[in-house]
Amino acid sequence: MLAKTETATFLDDLFDKGLLIETGVDGLYGRSGLFEAIGDGFQAMVTRYGAADEPEVVRFPPAMARTVFEKSGYMKSFPQLAGTVHCFCGSPADHVSLLQTIEQQGDWTEGQKASEIVLTPAACYPLYPTAAKRGMLPEEGRLFDLMSYCFRHEPSQDPARQQFFRMREFVRMGTPDQVTEFRATWLERGQALIAELGLPFTVDVANDPFFGRTGKMLAVNQRDQRLKFELLIAIESEEKPTACLSFNYHQDHFGKTFGLSTRGDEVAHTACVGFGHERVILALLKHYGTNVSRWPASVRQSLGL
Amino acid sequence: MNSQIREIIARTVELPGGVTDLADTSDLYEAGMTSFGSVQLMLALEEAFDVEFPERMLNRRLFSSIATIDAALKELRSENVGG
Repeated sequence: MLAKTETATFLDDLFDKGLLIETGVDGLYGRSGLFEAIGDGFQAMVTRYGAADEPEVVRFPPAMARTVFEKSGYMKSFPQLAGTVHCFCGSPADHVSLLQTIEQQGDWTEGQKASEIVLTPAACYPLYPTAAKRGMLPEEGRLFDLMSYCFRHEPSQDPARQQFFRMREFVRMGTPDQVTEFRATWLERGQALIAELGLPFTVDVANDPFFGRTGKMLAVNQRDQRLKFELLIAIESEEKPTACLSFNYHQDHFGKTFGLSTRGDEVAHTACVGFGHERVILALLKHYGTNVSRWPASVRQSLGL
Repeated sequence: MNSQIREIIARTVELPGGVTDLADTSDLYEAGMTSFGSVQLMLALEEAFDVEFPERMLNRRLFSSIATIDAALKELRSENVGG
């Protein structure tokens, strides 16, 4: 017991308390009722903070069309994170050899064919072509409220870096002024929301984890232009706090890629604010402990717990 | 070297107005070069001039004009000669 206490990590503690449930794969976990209840409370807060803007609620499954995924340019930036859905498309004879290969513990996945589906890497990806199909944006632009499980292939024992996790997002489409104002508003609101929960945080300029040497340059570009800000809270480490909210200005990237245009027939700009659902829950559990009944009354009240 | 850089830009970067009318000091980003465009340009330059831009050079400013690219390539080449 002593040895276990000495080496126990936050993840071990979450497993022990039953808040997260092991599956045998790093970063792929079940969640308990309590874990979900904390999350529901947080989501209700996000809804409350954003309600005045009357966003249009849209929910997609955690997968998207491969054609849209290819068009998005995701593979240019993050090939290492993407997950594609492959399926058996063979004949009855192929099926027999498939079963034999599994029986012999061979690589049965070799014959799997890519389906038309790719796992969603960020909640907003399926939205852009849908929005573009509606035609030109209205004068006031558009605002969407999204939430989805997302997939990123990055196995880790940091509970704040899961392979399947949920992301809540507000996505603004419109003129550069409209979308940058949206982002500035949420930079303030996001800080007020986390402050209401009493969690210590910092806000900093950030970059996405672009792949490879060319990615270095994309990351530097992104930082130079201050396109991404993150709200960070210490979860696994004090030195390397975890991004729990992010505030992103995509400029005309998605507008150009998916043919989104403003009322004035200019290429639409987009911005989004993303909330790492599990990360905020984990930040609360880390900061206040896993016994929720001992959390400060004000925090429980904010979360409706 | 500038004409060679110009030719590589024409081949690898999509600019709405083309590269012909741009001055050596014109801002390529303002002319419509995207971040991805700058990455493609970087790779093409490395291949054509047989150099590798070190990490300290991987920034937005370096690839912002024909003149800045020219200066960087000259710097790299002199380093190579010196080394």
